[in-house]
Amino acid sequence: MEFLIDLFDNFWVSLAGKLLLVATMIPLIGMVIGFAEMKLSAKMQARVGPYFAGGRWGWAQLIADGVKFFQKEDIVPDAADKPVFKSAPILVLVGTVALFVVIPFGPGLIFRDLSVGIFYALAISSLSTIGILMAGWSSANKYSLIGGLRAAGQLIAYELPLVLAVVGSVIMAGTMSMSGIVEAQINAGFPYVIVQFVGFAIFMVAALAELTRIPFDMPIAESELVMGYLTEYSGFRFLFFFLAEFANMFSMSAIAATLFLGGYWLPGIPEDLLSFVGPFILIGKVFLLAFLMIWFRWTFPRFREDQLQGIAWKWLIPLALANIAVTAILKVVL
Amino acid sequence: MTIDTDAIRHLSEAQVSVELETEDMTLNIGPQHPSTHGVLRLVARVDGERAYNVQPVIGYMHRGYEKLSEVRTYPQITAIVNRIDWVSGYANEIPFIVAAEKLMGLDVPERAQYIRLILTEMARISSHLIFMASYPLELGAATPLFFALRERERVLDLLEGVTGGRFHPNFNRIGGVKPAYGSGSATRKMIQDLPAGFLSETREAMDQVLDVTDELEALVAGNEIILARTKDVGVLPPEVAAAFGVSGPNLRASGVAFDLRKAEDYLPYHLFEFDVVTGENGDCWDRWWVRLQEIRESAKIIQQAVDGIPSGDLQAKVPKVIKVPKGETYVRAENPKGEMGYYLVSDGGQGPYRLKIRSASFSNISILPWILEGALVPDIIAIMGSLDFVLGDVDR
Repeated sequence: MEFLIDLFDNFWVSLAGKLLLVATMIPLIGMVIGFAEMKLSAKMQARVGPYFAGGRWGWAQLIADGVKFFQKEDIVPDAADKPVFKSAPILVLVGTVALFVVIPFGPGLIFRDLSVGIFYALAISSLSTIGILMAGWSSANKYSLIGGLRAAGQLIAYELPLVLAVVGSVIMAGTMSMSGIVEAQINAGFPYVIVQFVGFAIFMVAALAELTRIPFDMPIAESELVMGYLTEYSGFRFLFFFLAEFANMFSMSAIAATLFLGGYWLPGIPEDLLSFVGPFILIGKVFLLAFLMIWFRWTFPRFREDQLQGIAWKWLIPLALANIAVTAILKVVL
Repeated sequence: MTIDTDAIRHLSEAQVSVELETEDMTLNIGPQHPSTHGVLRLVARVDGERAYNVQPVIGYMHRGYEKLSEVRTYPQITAIVNRIDWVSGYANEIPFIVAAEKLMGLDVPERAQYIRLILTEMARISSHLIFMASYPLELGAATPLFFALRERERVLDLLEGVTGGRFHPNFNRIGGVKPAYGSGSATRKMIQDLPAGFLSETREAMDQVLDVTDELEALVAGNEIILARTKDVGVLPPEVAAAFGVSGPNLRASGVAFDLRKAEDYLPYHLFEFDVVTGENGDCWDRWWVRLQEIRESAKIIQQAVDGIPSGDLQAKVPKVIKVPKGETYVRAENPKGEMGYYLVSDGGQGPYRLKIRSASFSNISILPWILEGALVPDIIAIMGSLDFVLGDVDR
């Protein structure tokens, strides 16, 4: 036991351990959410969904899919900008992995408790859009190009409401550290969603746009752009995008859960238990939000690009600014 | 040191005009594309998200049916025309068969006419349900597809029960409908003509179809995003629609109450009560709404026809070898996609001398360059989908 503690005190050993944890967690979470999406969409559409893989309920469907993707030929179009084309999926996945750094899974259970945690998270989450833009630009395909540029336009429009929506919580907590915000909610005795519901709603809408999911999936827009920026990707590079999408869903939901739903904390649970049950509480909240996103996806059609910009600039941003003003005034007055 | 005047002028221009100098892109939509309903190709000049000068390129699906008909006998041609608009194969047979019967001067038994009418309306329901399924999908909503296709299956099952085929029934014969098992006693023919329980099952299925139209309306019409995507998009004024020869639900959505079921008498539609549904604005939303209402009207027609179907023969007396007397005629019918007509020229032989097929989708997509001028790329798909064409019907 002593030996183990000594071992993990070593910086490199603990770093390796954390990396290993993230490296296994991301595909695992991606798969769980991906599988949930398959089954839930089937339920909503009066289908059965995956059924045969793995023997029961098709639980091994995504493992089988993953194995399949790795066997596929890695096709790079002749006219593609090859280095950019090859590195784009990696950049998208790196953005996702880097988000996990600041998510507190329990008291002290955080890879790095940055004092500007939420700032870092929002900055790094826009990295994946750069990857999408790279993918669209380098594919030498007009549909990909339109998809990539749509993603860029979407990023510009929705990064702002995303940041502004968070400010309310930051003002209330008085800190930008992610674990600090959770502790502030514990001290306050209620999750911030109760008073910051507007912020929460704006955050979720903007997060959907950031994740390019229906109703904001114009960069992919299957019926218009074939597969958008993904058109030319195949094999494991496609798998990277696929995993990144679901892992990104997890991390965005985790940020929302941390900022607005009390993170790893539930009212009524003694604080000394949080180290053990905290991760489960957080993951439960994340799955709740992921379910919301899946539900939207299979219920709504998609907006048009100009309507999307209109929603961002004419509704979300003024609303978020008003929310900030009201929060700030109340913070000073109360 | 030399001064690069060009560069300086360029810089000053860049400062003066905020507008970036951009280059248009030629975007080929199709022939392989998820939303072109087959192998339609659109060549569009795209400036950002706006498309100009959209030109449809057709012919990828041309199978030469008009020419092929000249070397086939009349009974063989029904199998060909089935494959023109494959979403409603049964409805394609009717105008051709009626044209041949008109030249021969045959009186088709009433029961056969009723069966033709019921099955034509079923083909209309199944065709419109395909539209109900695919249109929201083109707007990004995947779920209505499954509900609409599930109901379509009910109708296709009935169609299959009578004709033996889901898409290509090939069920009409000159002088009536297919007699069961060729020759046989008159009683046997009577018993075999419609499957047992067909009428009661049809009644039940039509009730369910009426239910599901309500469900689809709630699912799609209650959705703000669908409304935002389709209202005032792709507006087609009635005079333009008429000038381009647009017909069917697309024309009626523009507010023109023109329905060949009322105007012509190729089948006994005058015996039944139904409304000709028209839209108000002629936008994508109206085209969707008109089709939904037409499903309801068709279901009502079928219910009336099932209640009033007379007994009797399935076939008029026809010679063993069918020869159509010399002459020419044009018969048109209200098909699910619009007006379908056959100009039949006979020189008295076993097959037509010339058969000109006027298909609805061909005329309907002639509107594309006009209606897509200046449309946004997502609207191209929304407008194209709302015209509800089938490439087999375009190219023939």
